[in-house]
Amino acid sequence: MSSLPLLTILIAVPLIAGALCLFVRDEGARWIALIGTLIAFAISIYLWVAFDPNGAQWQFVEKVPIGGGVSWAMGIDGIALMLIQLTAFLMPICILASWRSIQSRVPEYMAVFMLMETLMLGVFTAQDLFLFYVFFEGGLIPMYLIIGIWGGVERIKASYKFFLYTFLGSVLMLIAMIYMVGTAGTTSIPALMAYDFPVEAQKWLWLAFLASFAVKLPMWPVHTWLPDAHVQAPTAGSVILAGVLLKLGGYGFIRFSLPMFPEASYIFIPFIFALSGIAVVYTSLVALVQRDMKKLIAYSSVAHMAFVTFGLFAMNRQGIEGAMIVMLSHGLVSGALFLVVGVIYDRMHTREIAVYGGLSNNMPGYALLFMLFSMASVGLPGTSGFVGEFLALMGTYQASTWGAIAGTTGIILSACYMLWLYWRICFGEARTAEAAAMPDLSMREWWVLGPIALAVLWMGIYPESFIRPMRNDVGRLMTRLEHVAPAGDSQLKLAGPQLKTIDAQDHGAHH
Amino acid sequence: MHPILFIVFLPLAAALIAGLGGPWIGKTAAKLITTGALFAGALLSWPIFFEYIAGNGQPMVVPVLDWIHSGTMTVDWALRVDSLTAVMLVVVTTVSSLVHLYSWGYMEEDPGQARFFAYLSLFSFAMLMLVTADSLIQMFFGWEGVGLASYLLIGFWYYKPSANAAALKAFVVNRVGDFGFSLGIFGTFLVFGTVSIPAILGAAPGMAGSTIGFAGMRVDTMTLLCLLLFVGAMGKSAQLPLHTWLPDAMEGPTPVSALIHAATMVTAGVFMVCRLSPMFEAAPIAMNVVTWVGAITCIFAATIGCAQNDIKRVIAYSTCSQLGYMFFAAGVGAYGAAMFHLFTHAFFKALLFLGAGSVIHAMHHEQDMRYYGALRKEIPITFWVMVIGTLAITGVGLPGLGFAGFWSKDAIIESAWASGSVAGTMAFWLGVLAALLTSFYSWRLIFLTFYGDARWAASEHIQHALHREHDDPGEEHGDSAHDPRPVPTGTGGYHPHESPLTILVPIALLALGALAAGQLFHNIFVDAERAPEFWRQSIAFSQHLAHAAHEAPLWVKLSPTIVMLIGLWIAWNNYIRRPGAADAFVGYFPGVYRFVANKWYFDELYDVIFVRPALWLGRLFWRGGDEGTIDRFGPHGFAYAVGIGNRIAYRFQSGYLYSYALVMLLGLIGAASWAIWWAQ
Repeated sequence: MSSLPLLTILIAVPLIAGALCLFVRDEGARWIALIGTLIAFAISIYLWVAFDPNGAQWQFVEKVPIGGGVSWAMGIDGIALMLIQLTAFLMPICILASWRSIQSRVPEYMAVFMLMETLMLGVFTAQDLFLFYVFFEGGLIPMYLIIGIWGGVERIKASYKFFLYTFLGSVLMLIAMIYMVGTAGTTSIPALMAYDFPVEAQKWLWLAFLASFAVKLPMWPVHTWLPDAHVQAPTAGSVILAGVLLKLGGYGFIRFSLPMFPEASYIFIPFIFALSGIAVVYTSLVALVQRDMKKLIAYSSVAHMAFVTFGLFAMNRQGIEGAMIVMLSHGLVSGALFLVVGVIYDRMHTREIAVYGGLSNNMPGYALLFMLFSMASVGLPGTSGFVGEFLALMGTYQASTWGAIAGTTGIILSACYMLWLYWRICFGEARTAEAAAMPDLSMREWWVLGPIALAVLWMGIYPESFIRPMRNDVGRLMTRLEHVAPAGDSQLKLAGPQLKTIDAQDHGAHH
Repeated sequence: MHPILFIVFLPLAAALIAGLGGPWIGKTAAKLITTGALFAGALLSWPIFFEYIAGNGQPMVVPVLDWIHSGTMTVDWALRVDSLTAVMLVVVTTVSSLVHLYSWGYMEEDPGQARFFAYLSLFSFAMLMLVTADSLIQMFFGWEGVGLASYLLIGFWYYKPSANAAALKAFVVNRVGDFGFSLGIFGTFLVFGTVSIPAILGAAPGMAGSTIGFAGMRVDTMTLLCLLLFVGAMGKSAQLPLHTWLPDAMEGPTPVSALIHAATMVTAGVFMVCRLSPMFEAAPIAMNVVTWVGAITCIFAATIGCAQNDIKRVIAYSTCSQLGYMFFAAGVGAYGAAMFHLFTHAFFKALLFLGAGSVIHAMHHEQDMRYYGALRKEIPITFWVMVIGTLAITGVGLPGLGFAGFWSKDAIIESAWASGSVAGTMAFWLGVLAALLTSFYSWRLIFLTFYGDARWAASEHIQHALHREHDDPGEEHGDSAHDPRPVPTGTGGYHPHESPLTILVPIALLALGALAAGQLFHNIFVDAERAPEFWRQSIAFSQHLAHAAHEAPLWVKLSPTIVMLIGLWIAWNNYIRRPGAADAFVGYFPGVYRFVANKWYFDELYDVIFVRPALWLGRLFWRGGDEGTIDRFGPHGFAYAVGIGNRIAYRFQSGYLYSYALVMLLGLIGAASWAIWWAQ
């Protein structure tokens, strides 16, 4: 393995680029940001290639003590690696998407975005509890600024709501972390992942972490900040919010809740499944009646994230791997859908579904990509959405048939709201003259959406590239969960002498 | 390289080239490439079929690429070829290539031709993936792929609201079926630990009699799995109560109706049940359900078909009804007969649809049969092929010699009787009754369209044509009005023209199929001695049932022919001998007519129990749940409380709530750093 501190370089590159942005004019800041994010992306690709799926759990490890028992500890496993890919892939796309739509305070905007990338990558690379917390909570600040400064009309209300929710979760998580460090005597995340906390304490710790992760993910009923935040955020802000920030919740579950508190996780499975089941049905129905495109997609995000919690807490291989693919896929697809909304928002400056229509006529390229992403969102096989959802629900079925039934209704409801949206935007006749006059995608917009489209198809047709690096890490997590994994309610019983009678009664009842 | 790779992937390549490159290569190149790909596929498929008929073909799997590997759940892209696949290959590639050719003529004036041909080829690819699937998940890929293509093609004329609504409905209703299919796959994986079809079928008999928990109940394992999978089949094959999308799907261009909504996609459910027949054999209750659903759909759709005025809708309900025959055949265990009817139906139903398209073409996009009449002399070739199609669907034949439907429908009806079960006997009687209705509505279509007086003058489309207003080619109309008033007669000076060769050649070739497909192939599909050699292990062929069907009493064998003649006589009596008789009947029983003409009010019912409540609940959850409860007592309540505090601390407030909150966040992180350090 390379002796270069690659992970530190990875997170330093955007930070330096961001600092440079502050010293140049608008156009210069754009180019610096683009180049900075592309370099970070190149490094992340190198990590992907160099990562040995059959090697040690933690690779590219760095550790420099800072003092007070805290160290600059970095290292990634396959799960973190894939989320780093997602982040580094989406960032240059966000910069391109903001190229013309952001016109005020461009250097500051780019600098904040770069800071955001640093902090997000930091979350996935940190191996020290203290570092993790700083990155995890610090990541909110740039998001908060992006919504608060470059957002829409009601940005103050939205950023306030966003803050309030996440703040409450953070306080509880912080208290839990302090207790953990005090009890286990270490701030090393790998060490904590192997530490067995007493079951009674686990419950409280688990709940405290849930308060933070459930808001981030978000789970029903603490999701109401998300639609407002999305609606007010600029396009690129929404992409990062949906693409990366929401994944912090799922990553938290997989890194903390499950391996550190397995018994508590087991105890709370019914609770999580109930919330997830409600989320799928409830938010899908709410998405159905939205008139604002961004709100519709935001609500659909909540429904999709419920597949993540279903899959993770099914505690079997299909469930966990499925949940990870849902996270990656949703990062791409919902990011792309927000970009798709952004393309027409840039032209018409409204998100009202009712003013569009008939875009297939004047924007055929746009209609094609929108169709692809809609289909990925409804989980059509051959796209990334299918692989994740299907595996996650397959895992859920093994843990709870009720859970799988509730979750699978999502495939009906998602088709309803996405295709109805598509109909109202792209089919029919244009409802306004302005909508009929919009030009098709520009070259820059093709560069923004095209790569995501290819990634969505790649993940749908050959997901092995994405599952392989995570396989052993999911295996390690399952070893940790082995003694608590739910047996499920299926309980197959092969035909035996005593069951024959039950069978006979069944037959009797039917004749 | 095995030819199957070309058969399956050439249409995909053609679809991509025509679809993405359409604007650059031009419509003629796009049409040539897609049509060429499908004809190549058809030329490669027939030799495979004959190889299996000759008994030289072995079941085989051609691997393509790894797909999903998650623990013990492994699925790869792979193409399976065996006798069952070979049958489907010839059906799909033959009908698809002829429909491609037909569309050259039919879609000639349409500006979106490259897109149309790309969708058609994409559909063919997905359908071929479905029939070559070696695992349930690849079958699901094809299943959803054909659903997507169907959605795109129903909504091909995307500026028509009715087309969009029909496309959305088709996709969503199919998704309801997929809900069951998905749960069925999950359950199958849980029980068998694999999604590989041969492995599941091998292990299925051993699971007979086992029980499993599902949603709080304890049920028979195989019954549960088969019923869940069958829900998927009901959606795709438009069986009651998931049939409502199929008639609306007629909003799509007529070639699409012929290919997707008659010959291939809608038969995917039948194919699935046959492919998984060893599973169903282990689940007698599920078999009974399949029989009942098939038999009831068969008669139900036939009644509606009798009261439709739109020529395409008559054929659509007819398709629905014929699919019911295939299902009850499968339900009584006569999988060979089900596949046989699937095979012959593909030819004569595609023929009827394409013939109807030729009529619509001649009548300037008019689809309402009340404005037809006397077309026999004007478009004679179309007339004769439609008659051949009708002779085939109504099952005309003498023992040993007959049209395609004669062989396959009789095989089904005899098998249902021979099965001896309660459900089978019911299916027999319902099937015979439906055969009567089939004969009636099929001849009614012929008589209304080709006989009697010309009633063209009253048609708006014809008026448009006469006044030289150029109609949009997408102006295919459904019959929205069920107005039973008689239409005035007269040609209005309009002269229908016979269709061009690109339209007539495919119809003529399909007519050959409708003539001979039953006669030539009945042995290999259903004969008790010959068929097992052909099917081998690809379906659970019951030699015992085939023997029993062969030895059915004479009255059972004659009953379809007798009712066919009765149906013909009723149609002739009402539409030729005494043309006012049908209207008089409607006058006597207006309630019955309205109920049937309005399709038993299924659409209205679903609107009331599903669509409206879903929207109402969505609004309730949004306004009442999110805004009225969660926000009100959550962040807004908090904000209100903070607001009171703020009034006190007003002087210290910077005015910007967000910067205020930012300071709090930074402070929190600072405190956290200190606390963690302290806890060490």
